[in-house]
Amino acid sequence: AGRAGGGSGPAGGGGGGAGTPKALPSSGPKSLREMPHPLAASSSEEAGAELTPSPDLQLPRSIADKDLSLPNGTPVDTSSPASSSSLLNRLQLDDDLDGEMRDLFVTVDDPKKHVCTMETYITYRVTTKTTRAEFDLPEYSMRRRYQDFDWLRNKLEESQPTHLIPPLPEKFVVKGVVDRFSEEFVETRRKALDKFLKRIADHPVLSFNEHFHVFLTAKDLHAYKKQGMALLSKMGESVKYVTGSYKLRSRPVEFAAIGDYLDTFSLKLGTIDRIAQRIIKEEVEYLVELREYGPVYSTWSGLEKELSEPLEGVSACIGNCCTALEELSEDMTEDFLPVLREYMLYSESMKNVLKKRDQVQAEYEAKLEAVVLKREDRPKVPTEVEKCQDRVECFNADLKADMDRWQNNKRQDFRQLLMGMADKNIQYYEKVIL
Amino acid sequence: VSLAIPEIESVLDPESRRPLWHTAYLPPKFITIGTWGELTYIVGTNEEYCLLKKIEISVAEAEKRTGRNAMNMQETYTAYLVETRAVESQAEGQCSPPDSLWRRYSEFELLRNYLLVNYPHVIVPPLPEKRAEFVWHKLAADNMDPDFVERRRIGLENFLLRVASHPILCQEKIFNAFLTKEGGWKETVNETGFQLKADSRLKALNATFRVKNPDRRFTELKHYSDELQSVISHLLRVRARVADRLYGVYKVHGNYGRVFSEWSAIEKEMGDGLQSAGHHMDVYAASIDDILEEEEHYADQLKEYLFYAEALRAVCRKHELLQYELEMAAQDLTSKKQQCEELATGTVRTFSLKGMTSKLFGQETPEQREAKIKVLEEQIRDGEEQLKAKNLESRDFMKSAWTDIERFKEQKNHDLKEALISYAVMQISMCKKGIQVWTNAKECFSKM
Repeated sequence: AGRAGGGSGPAGGGGGGAGTPKALPSSGPKSLREMPHPLAASSSEEAGAELTPSPDLQLPRSIADKDLSLPNGTPVDTSSPASSSSLLNRLQLDDDLDGEMRDLFVTVDDPKKHVCTMETYITYRVTTKTTRAEFDLPEYSMRRRYQDFDWLRNKLEESQPTHLIPPLPEKFVVKGVVDRFSEEFVETRRKALDKFLKRIADHPVLSFNEHFHVFLTAKDLHAYKKQGMALLSKMGESVKYVTGSYKLRSRPVEFAAIGDYLDTFSLKLGTIDRIAQRIIKEEVEYLVELREYGPVYSTWSGLEKELSEPLEGVSACIGNCCTALEELSEDMTEDFLPVLREYMLYSESMKNVLKKRDQVQAEYEAKLEAVVLKREDRPKVPTEVEKCQDRVECFNADLKADMDRWQNNKRQDFRQLLMGMADKNIQYYEKVIL
Repeated sequence: VSLAIPEIESVLDPESRRPLWHTAYLPPKFITIGTWGELTYIVGTNEEYCLLKKIEISVAEAEKRTGRNAMNMQETYTAYLVETRAVESQAEGQCSPPDSLWRRYSEFELLRNYLLVNYPHVIVPPLPEKRAEFVWHKLAADNMDPDFVERRRIGLENFLLRVASHPILCQEKIFNAFLTKEGGWKETVNETGFQLKADSRLKALNATFRVKNPDRRFTELKHYSDELQSVISHLLRVRARVADRLYGVYKVHGNYGRVFSEWSAIEKEMGDGLQSAGHHMDVYAASIDDILEEEEHYADQLKEYLFYAEALRAVCRKHELLQYELEMAAQDLTSKKQQCEELATGTVRTFSLKGMTSKLFGQETPEQREAKIKVLEEQIRDGEEQLKAKNLESRDFMKSAWTDIERFKEQKNHDLKEALISYAVMQISMCKKGIQVWTNAKECFSKM
């Protein structure tokens, strides 16, 4: 069924969403936008935090008292279109990665430095090419700065709380240690931002997100941001997750496993990152010595008439080694390390999503408990609890789909990455032989 | 190791996988000069007189021993088994067991000192280093370390082969005795009283500053050996650091092996690929040990020439000393002649103590003057003869030293060329190994 929709409109292609009117694949995202995700507002804590000076004050509230339905009173479906479609997506995952007809291409390039009186910053050109109907033009080109990317990510996290949002490159750079405007830094960041947008564009759900659309197409993103903020302030009193105070009765085994996996995974990545950095360091030091080593042979050849040819030969070979080694460590720094970083950040955002999932489940369980206590008075199970249950379920489904997707991406990425590393090393040796 | 073959067929000995290049380099034809001092040499080609044509020499093994030294103190030392075997008997089909005897490093040193004193015009092959130098940190610098002992064993064998293939040194009886007479050899050497002939370093140093007309060729040679020494020692120092770094690069890759294997435990599809890739990383990290061990032989080859530079300098020093003596004799003669003339003519050309005393104490009687002139004339005759002898000695020295220097140059160019080639071969094989490992690893990654 999913393949029938061409894999391009997963939200509509699902079609199985109980309360959603059947829509054409192309209009799928629209229905998504019209009907916010059941959890859409519940994660507004990040955004809310900006508006509320001390969000902590809101936290100590009893769970049962809270109104857990959506703040703006949107009717909640038993199943969200997004989640059912992502279930479908799981089935066509392999297709997704290899054979999917991509219809949204985003690239980030051409960084430019802007110097104002107030601040200096870099903007990147974000170019979009698409055949999707909801875009008015086939091509867009906008300039965005890091802040905008950050905004986008927050919005995505907010509106798609059940999905795994790709990570952004680190925001904070210790001043003085790294030059924020150096060519290397900007280039590394550009690559990471490019990757970030590409991952969203390839995602069956996230790519239809309204904010993403705006990010890619809006001429005046600033105005839109402001508008969004005004809207947010209205929802300032939104639901807060209760953390810590409640212990999950039973976390599903698979999520527990994912949690454990992530812990180990990020640990191992950290180690690999350290090893790679150490290798680069060793290589750089090796390079320094080699640079001294070569000329010694040249000096010697000046001393020997008969031997000058082989000695010069050795010297030239060492020179080649230097060049090849330099390229190798440059490639490692530019290509290998950033991917490791991205995945380390990825596993962080994954842990966050997992935490959110646990919270949703916790809410559900707390509600259920409360209901059980009150059951004597009121026999019928409130719909509220059912809603909660649904939310947990759809969260689980979304998350699982994203996890699988991520696992697959990760496999591909690392395969490529490590093969690349092997290739680079092979090339290095080949160059050295020549 | 068969040492009778002067041809170098392969860079590495297939059995011991050790560089073979240093086994007996023999220049195609070499004619020795006639006389040097009291010693007379047979003029001919090394093809007739090379010792290696008659016997095979090897230092077969090393053994740690404990004994008592002259002070009756317990000491530990290493003894080396020197084996010799007649080549002719082998050709006749009856493989006679090799004659063998044990020698200590100090005995090798004694032999070399003896040669150094008795053959000042010869660039005496150097001994391997007494203590490990220019080592990278992973290599033990301990004198008793098995690796060091093994490398020294090779070095000592090389030394014996060098002496044996030298057209002049190979005819030395003491050397022959070193190879064949275990007991009493030391005493025999000491009885020759060679140490009396040894010129003190101070004397040589003195000569360096006083020689008025140094020979241009020797000055250049001295300059060359200084530069050679500095460039090789610089090279060895940097090489040790390069080896250190290379070791680091490889060994850090070994950590990948561990992490990949640990990581593979939590992965499903990627697990197997990671696991075996990790194994390849282990192999990669381990491969550096052999590579650097092989490189150590290259370093030893260079080291030999580092020490050769010192031997070259010794010849130069000896020449300076001779030149100095010659100049002194000439100077002496001139002053004697001048004195004689002064006495004969009664004029004092230069202000001298003698002139002062004669003025103060009055003129000598003619008889006294006659007697003095006679003595001086006698001295002048002696001096002239001495000068003649010195001149002859110096000429002979120059001639024979230069012959040996030419021989050395040829040997050096040949050896170093071989060493550089074997070094290049080593590097290429290292790269090939690297490619192999990474190709294997890539295959594993591609299966993920």
